[in-house]
Amino acid sequence: MNFPPLLRSASFRLTVIYIFLFGGSAAVLLGFLYWAIAGTLSDQVDAAIDADIKGLAEQYKLHGAPGIAAIIAKRVQNDPGERTVYLLTDALRRPVVGNLSKWPTVDPDTRGWIEFELHDRSSSDGEVYLARARSFVLQGGLNLLVGREVRVLVRTRDLVINAVIWGIAITGALALAGGVAMSRSTTRRIEAINQTSREISEGALDRRIPTRGTDDEFDQLALQLNEMLDRNQSLMEGLRHVSDNIAHDLRTPLTRLRQTLEEMEESCLSDTEQEHAVDRAILEADGLLSIFNALLRISQIEAGGRRENFGKVDLTALLTDVAELYEPVAEEKFLKLAVYCDTTTEIDGDRDLLFQAIANLVDNAIKYSPPDGTVTLHSVDRTVSVSDTGPGIPNEEREDVFRRFHRLEVARSTPGSGLGLSLVEAVAHLHDGCVRLEDNHPGLKATIDLRQ
Amino acid sequence: MRVLVIEDDTEVASYIVKALDEAGHNATPANTGKQGLFLATTEDFDVLVVDRMLPAPDGLTIIRTLRASDNLTPALVLSALGEVDDRVKGLKAGGDDYLTKPFAASELIARLEALTRRSAGTNQETDTRLALGNLEVDLLARSVRRDGKEIDLQPREFRLLEYLMRNSGNVVTRTMLLEHVWDYHFDPQTNVIDVHISRLRQKIDKKFDTPLIHTVRGAGYTLRTSPP
Repeated sequence: MNFPPLLRSASFRLTVIYIFLFGGSAAVLLGFLYWAIAGTLSDQVDAAIDADIKGLAEQYKLHGAPGIAAIIAKRVQNDPGERTVYLLTDALRRPVVGNLSKWPTVDPDTRGWIEFELHDRSSSDGEVYLARARSFVLQGGLNLLVGREVRVLVRTRDLVINAVIWGIAITGALALAGGVAMSRSTTRRIEAINQTSREISEGALDRRIPTRGTDDEFDQLALQLNEMLDRNQSLMEGLRHVSDNIAHDLRTPLTRLRQTLEEMEESCLSDTEQEHAVDRAILEADGLLSIFNALLRISQIEAGGRRENFGKVDLTALLTDVAELYEPVAEEKFLKLAVYCDTTTEIDGDRDLLFQAIANLVDNAIKYSPPDGTVTLHSVDRTVSVSDTGPGIPNEEREDVFRRFHRLEVARSTPGSGLGLSLVEAVAHLHDGCVRLEDNHPGLKATIDLRQ
Repeated sequence: MRVLVIEDDTEVASYIVKALDEAGHNATPANTGKQGLFLATTEDFDVLVVDRMLPAPDGLTIIRTLRASDNLTPALVLSALGEVDDRVKGLKAGGDDYLTKPFAASELIARLEALTRRSAGTNQETDTRLALGNLEVDLLARSVRRDGKEIDLQPREFRLLEYLMRNSGNVVTRTMLLEHVWDYHFDPQTNVIDVHISRLRQKIDKKFDTPLIHTVRGAGYTLRTSPP
């Protein structure tokens, strides 16, 4: 079935259920009210009639038929509004005295009560009222009818019935209106989420679900979803950044490789030239492979699948080994390589990966330090830091350098893949640690912090 | 040397066989693990090249099976690009060396030659004295002499020379040096090894007429009396 969206909404269905629930409750409540009011009123009338009859019966006992006739005549006279109804008839129901012209044609119930229509005798328009009376037979065959005109009772009853009907109707109408308004507001807010989702699916990744600032459950849902969308977007951007950079960074070496191969195809090359071209091609291919290898390595480390190679690693020994390996390279660049180790620090980790991470930091430090600078390796309390006296990294770029392929503008001319620090960070994370970059005044201080 | 190449990728297998043939070695290809295991147990080889990922039995199972039956033919495990953590698994299973695809033929041959040399018993760890031409290395006294003249080496330089001496005549690659002299398996971003070698050259070769340390283009280094 294809209802309009409002009628299909879950909140509207809920509203309809509530309408029936509340309408039913209102009906029961008002019905009870009617029953109580109408019952009390008619009981009062009945009691008044019974009291009247009792009085008349006593008079009859004392004064006989003429006495009662005189009393009735007097009462009728004293009641020009004709609120009361009296009729005394003979055995053949011919009126003797009273304010009714004839005996009502309605049959009495078992207790002698009758209800009958009464034509207004005072007004000419012939308005019809309802009267309630009790009839009985006196000794000597006289028939007596004592009653009350129950216009007020009927009016009240009608009033209550009206009130009940209107009450139910208004309750229903209000519930319906409220329900529609409520469903609309709910539907609107959910529609906002739907709309945003659609826009994001269609490619507008920066769209977010609007919030009202009321901190209600919808706001919380929206905030939660927005947070998730932010995270997804940043991951996707990271991914796009990486693939863009792969494409960009690999284009240059691939182009060079292609050119070299084209050169080799030309037969006019001498043997030595041919050999050099082959060397260049192999070198380019190796460079490309090492980039892919580094990428795969980083993602593998990030996936956390390398913990099986964990063992006891002496950070100090590791640091000394890195320094020893890089010392000649530093010397070639007229750099001083200093090592400070406070104590022997043994940690649980992957020896090769930690070596690679520290080597990457030292490699960077040597690469970017000007001649006659100092590269300092320092290990203290499960942290390893590598400081240099190079240009450093501007504060606002310190986050970015961990991104794959990210290279500082100033570093573009130096060789490197832009993967070194990404790997350092991945290794630090694998060891439940982190990497910090600080200002060395001047230079950069990179710290692998494994205190956890 | 006789090499058994257990590799299901026919292209890689023929690349290895061709390279080994060109280097004057005798290579036998086996395209399945089953065939490889059969050949390895029935015929005599100097060294095995075993691909890690083979349809059952896989490379590591083959090596484990051979080792369980006391077949100690040295084995080099090949694995796909980037599967770094396989190295330890491969070595634990009884492999003697490990190489990640894609690799240079020169690297593979250098490693295979080093493996056969090690198992052939030449220049064993028990030797106390190594010599090549007029270069002598005393492992106990930790002293180096060339032409009778004492050469002073740093501990690491000594280990570097020792490794080159043990593999004299053969090519050693930069990664082999990193793994055996520095005992770290990692990927240096710069030519750190070259700088160490050039330092060693300064001490060993500079003052003498015939250089002993030679650079092998596209492969690594070799220690020998005549140029390669």
